[in-house]
Formats: sequence, C-alpha cells, structure tokens
Amino acid sequence: MRLPCPYCGQRDSREFVYRGDAAPTRPSSEEGMYDYVYLRDNVPGPMREHWYHAQGCRNWITVTRDTRTHRISAAVLAREDSR
Amino acid sequence: MRFSIFGLVANAFSGHGRWQRTWRDAVPRDAYDVVIVGGGGHGLATAYYLAKVHGITNVAVIEKSWIGGGNAGRNTTIIRSNYGLEGNTAFYERSMKLWEGLEQDLNYNAMVSQRGVLNLYHSDGQRDAFARRGNAMRLHGVDAELLDTAHVRNMAPYLNFDNARFPVMGGLLQRRGGTARHDAVVWGYARAASDLGVDIIQNCELTGFMRTADGTVVGVETTRGSIRAKKVGVAVAGNSSRVAAMAGLRLPIESHVLQAFVSEALKPIIPGVITFGAGHFYISQSDKGGLVFGGDIDGYNSYASRGNLPTVEDVCEGGMAIMPMIGRARLLRSWGGIVDMSMDGSPIIDRSPIEGLYLNAGWCYGGFKATPASGLAFAHLLATDRPEETAVAYRLDRFATGRIIDEKGQGAQPNLH
Repeated sequence: MRLPCPYCGQRDSREFVYRGDAAPTRPSSEEGMYDYVYLRDNVPGPMREHWYHAQGCRNWITVTRDTRTHRISAAVLAREDSR
Repeated sequence: MRFSIFGLVANAFSGHGRWQRTWRDAVPRDAYDVVIVGGGGHGLATAYYLAKVHGITNVAVIEKSWIGGGNAGRNTTIIRSNYGLEGNTAFYERSMKLWEGLEQDLNYNAMVSQRGVLNLYHSDGQRDAFARRGNAMRLHGVDAELLDTAHVRNMAPYLNFDNARFPVMGGLLQRRGGTARHDAVVWGYARAASDLGVDIIQNCELTGFMRTADGTVVGVETTRGSIRAKKVGVAVAGNSSRVAAMAGLRLPIESHVLQAFVSEALKPIIPGVITFGAGHFYISQSDKGGLVFGGDIDGYNSYASRGNLPTVEDVCEGGMAIMPMIGRARLLRSWGGIVDMSMDGSPIIDRSPIEGLYLNAGWCYGGFKATPASGLAFAHLLATDRPEETAVAYRLDRFATGRIIDEKGQGAQPNLH
C-alpha cells in the first residue's frame, strides 16, 4: 500500500505511523472523554484517518481510505483538513 | 452416530458408504428461545453449552456463509493459558481444561495436541517480566516453567542463540499448551450441538434486528427471513462493530487484519509452539508438516481479508532472525483474517445496553484458544443473565469505569495490542 503524501507524493506505507480514525475530537470537558478515547465507528468503507509521515516530511496527513479495499480517494495535510 | 475405532473399522470394510452427515443443515423456523449470530467456533460452542449445560435446545445459530469460514478457519490453531492478569488467567485456564476434555466430551477428534508453548526472552528485564507472569499463572494453578538457555538449546538447538540484538537467554514454557485442529473444533461443536437439537442455518446473513417500541431486541432480520427470538447473542468477531451498528451501538473495537502463513510440508522439526515476541514472530508445525507462522497485525483498520506485503516481509524477517534454517523452506500460502481489536486487548462477554441483545466480541488475535470457555461463558450469560464466574471481568462498561485488562500495557491504541 502506498499513501499519496500531499508534500512528498506517493510513498510506501512503511514510512508512515498509523493513528486511526480522524473523526473523534477531544472534548473540552471530562464529559465525552469515554466516547473520545474508546468508542469508534469502525466503518466498513471510506474512512478518514490520521497517518504521520514519520520517515518523510513528518507531516500529519488525513487520508480517506476504503477499509474494505484499501483504495485511497483523498489525502490532505491534517492542519489544512476542514472537518 | 458415535465415532469409535470399531465404527471406523466397520466402515473401512464397507467402503465408507455408511457414514452419516455430521450435522443437520437446518431451515430457519419462525421463532427460537435463543438465536446466535455467527457460526464460528464461539457461536457453535455457545449453542452446544446452552443445550448441554442449561438444557436450552430451542436454539438457532445463523451464519452468513458456511460454518467455520471466518476466523475459526483462519487462525494458527494455538491453545495456551499463559496470561498474567487478574480476569484473564482463570478464564483461559478454564478454556485449557475444557480443551483437555473436549474430544471425549464431543466424541470428536479435534486433534488437541499439548506439545508445549515456549515464549523466548532475550534480556534480564524480559526474563523478570516472564518470571512474574509465570508466577501469576502458577498461583492460579496453571503450569509454567522458566527455562534457561541450556534448556531451550536442548529443546530447539536450531535457534539463533547468539543473535547480537536478541540473544536467546531462555524462555517461559507452558507444557500443557499446544495446538488443535481448528476445523475439527468447529465441526465437533456443530455436530454435538446439532445432535442436541440446535438448528445450524448457513447462508443466512443478518440484515437487522427486530425491535419493540421500547427498543428491546425480539429477533433478527436475515436474508432468509425474520426469526423471532427471546434473546439474541452476537459472536461475530471481526464484524462486531458492523452488527452492533445495526442496533445503534458503538463499541470500543477496531477491525484489523491479521495475516498467517504456512510453508510446504517438512519432516518434524519444531516440537511445539515457539514465540519470538521481541521479533514479532511465532511458529509451530502442523501434523501434516507445514510450518505455520505469523506475527503482528498489519496495523491499520481493515475489513479486507488480505494483508499487505510489508507485514509479510516483517514476519519473514523475524523468522529468519530467530530461526535461520527456515530460509530454505518455501512458503505455500498466506491469508488474512479480520479481528476485533479491542481497546485494552481483552474480550467482551456481556449484556449489551439493549434488552435482549448479548455481546461476545473483542477477541483480538487470541480467540481460537478461548473457544470452549467463551462458549461456556456466553451460554451461561444467555441462560442466566449473569456472567460466568471466570468471565466476570469481561464487561462492556469496563472502559468507562477504568477496570480495563491490558496485558500489554499499551492503552487505548488497538493496533499496538
């Protein structure tokens, strides 16, 4: 599997560290912390997820990947990712 | 029909034409006391223990494909009970004891072979951690032996003892651990459950739950019609989140792909199971002679029952590092299974927040060894609404209350467990 890093181009997935689903956002209070830390939608299909290009440009990127086929439809820098 | 040596001889002399079907392929009825979703090892074991221990025989097991076609047929067949944490140790030992009596209980040859499971250690710190885990096991009545280099060299002289990075200093051995034939476990439970009156319904995929106005689950919608049930048990590890979503539930689980490998058949060389945890590699040899091995999960969410090449390379590198001789063996097959990676690396056997719906999920990459105890505990829960005594820790709410069971100490990062 290769990931299209917006900064480096197509790179081998081994250069990246996987962080998981990009959907959960940190709540401002303790309320909602259980959901944020533990619960996941775990979708079968296109999923927005965070990867860190550890052995490359060291950018966090948001990749949209189909979890059934590993087909990647989008990849943007996480800091420019509009939710 | 009981299997015995006399029956085998009689059938051998009559051309093997008189064997009966092992189990009934049933057609769904309108209603059951309990419907179990998932015809894998856990689901079939649950049905068997419901019928045998609790006398509940009006039970259906529905399976979207054929029984044992998911993770029950994709694992590396290892059985062991070498867990160190409260909540795990007694449960897995219960499973090991059930494995030891399984074939007599089911009257079916599951090829349970207690050839030993050896975990290698490579540093003083790792030895101390293994000693602690071994002591925890022994305090629970589980067998464990801490071996030094000489003992390991005697058992497996072909290991790379003098590897500069990971010299083999010894190992933690559970002699009662070993392997079992995974398909035979499925067929054995199916046959025994079917004989007790359980309906096994294949090619019957769950499409939704029947709910009352207050949300109670009172049955299942399937590709073969609606089936009413007083209780519905879900044992679909790998797809637990998908099924839970049909009931509006979110689980502390991610689905990941775990790969496994088998070489061409070789003469007997590896006596038991050898794990090289530091190098993400473990191996055993099947009765047919193939070297069966694996390593880490691929590490990203996946519902594709196939893995990617970096993990293949990583596993094979681990194998070459600890056991250079396997470089001469040819790889025959590799495959992937989708596993429920839970947030603490431990399973869930509990009532769901929805009345009538029960969960058996989150087995990570260790579900096969748990098959008998998982079935026993889930059957107990379904029959009595109370957890079985060795499975009380596997609550769904433990993540909210902080009572997690994290053997590896990785925290809520499923791809690292």
